[in-house]
Amino acid sequence: MDEVRVIEIKKSIFDDNDKDANRLREELKTKGVFLLNLMSSPGSGKTTTLISTINALKDKIKIAVMEADIDSDVDAIKIKEATGVQSIQLHTGGMCHLDAEMTRQGLSGLDLKDVDLAILENVGNLVCPAEFDTGASKNCMILSVPEGHDKPLKYPLMFSICDLVLINKMDVAPYFDFDLDKCSQYIKMRNPNAEIIPICAKTGEGVDKFADWIIKNIEKWRNN
Amino acid sequence: MHELGVVFHCIKQVNEIAKENNVKKVNSVTVEIGEVSTVIPYYFEDCWNWAVKKETVLKDAKIYIEKIEAVTHCENCGKDYPTVAHGKICPHCGSEKTFLLTGNEIAIKQIEVVDN
Repeated sequence: MDEVRVIEIKKSIFDDNDKDANRLREELKTKGVFLLNLMSSPGSGKTTTLISTINALKDKIKIAVMEADIDSDVDAIKIKEATGVQSIQLHTGGMCHLDAEMTRQGLSGLDLKDVDLAILENVGNLVCPAEFDTGASKNCMILSVPEGHDKPLKYPLMFSICDLVLINKMDVAPYFDFDLDKCSQYIKMRNPNAEIIPICAKTGEGVDKFADWIIKNIEKWRNN
Repeated sequence: MHELGVVFHCIKQVNEIAKENNVKKVNSVTVEIGEVSTVIPYYFEDCWNWAVKKETVLKDAKIYIEKIEAVTHCENCGKDYPTVAHGKICPHCGSEKTFLLTGNEIAIKQIEVVDN
């Protein structure tokens, strides 16, 4: 007769991913590769921001990019053509986010020799990527002006896990009812430690500040 | 929205536990899902029923979902209140200095297994 019994577990479903992400963070630390996880909703300007930032940084540090999308390789091609840095496309097979294992697989497709900074452009989505730790050294997100200043209230988790919030498309702020002070206040309510940099990826405004933030954080991480 | 990803992680962990315990079969898995956890129980169940079919020890495992009420605590007046009805602002004193006590859980509570 088969014996039936109950095993008590009481463990978060994200437990295995969190552990895997910590392992990946340590592996990357040993390799000297700083992984930046960039998140935002679709159309906020992740790829355009990356192009102007990479062009500002590529003479100082070696950069590689992973573009995650559900389908197509337009972003990876765009990055390669506009910046010349190593860039690969990851397909999530319908998934709305990347987890640590998928990030590890993506990294294995890159030549990481001498790479200082690997950037993961996560799937455009303000909900799911916030739940899954990718193993990144730092999390960064973009909120663009047309999305509205109330987004930190609507998507609290995303804002609470990001070290840096870029406010993009500042050039069109006069045409939208976007209140930067209110937005900053809402972000700080969710995450008092978040840094905020207003930028315009298209005109280049503020991009130097983002580039400085990256350099400063890589140095801090190396000396840690 | 991301229920399938959550289900895959749940299956992976249950498979590991089943292996550690040398079980023949998993009859059921009980998960706790908080009201404001961003996981919708109905979607979770659908994804589960689809995903377990591809499994071996988990092939016939039923999913039981226990919902956990979201409760927020106000640091200003010290009272607790239901999060879904009132959100971030305390209905007792109007303060924004509040934090979530429960309701964010996405956890595996227990599994029922048949031993080898």
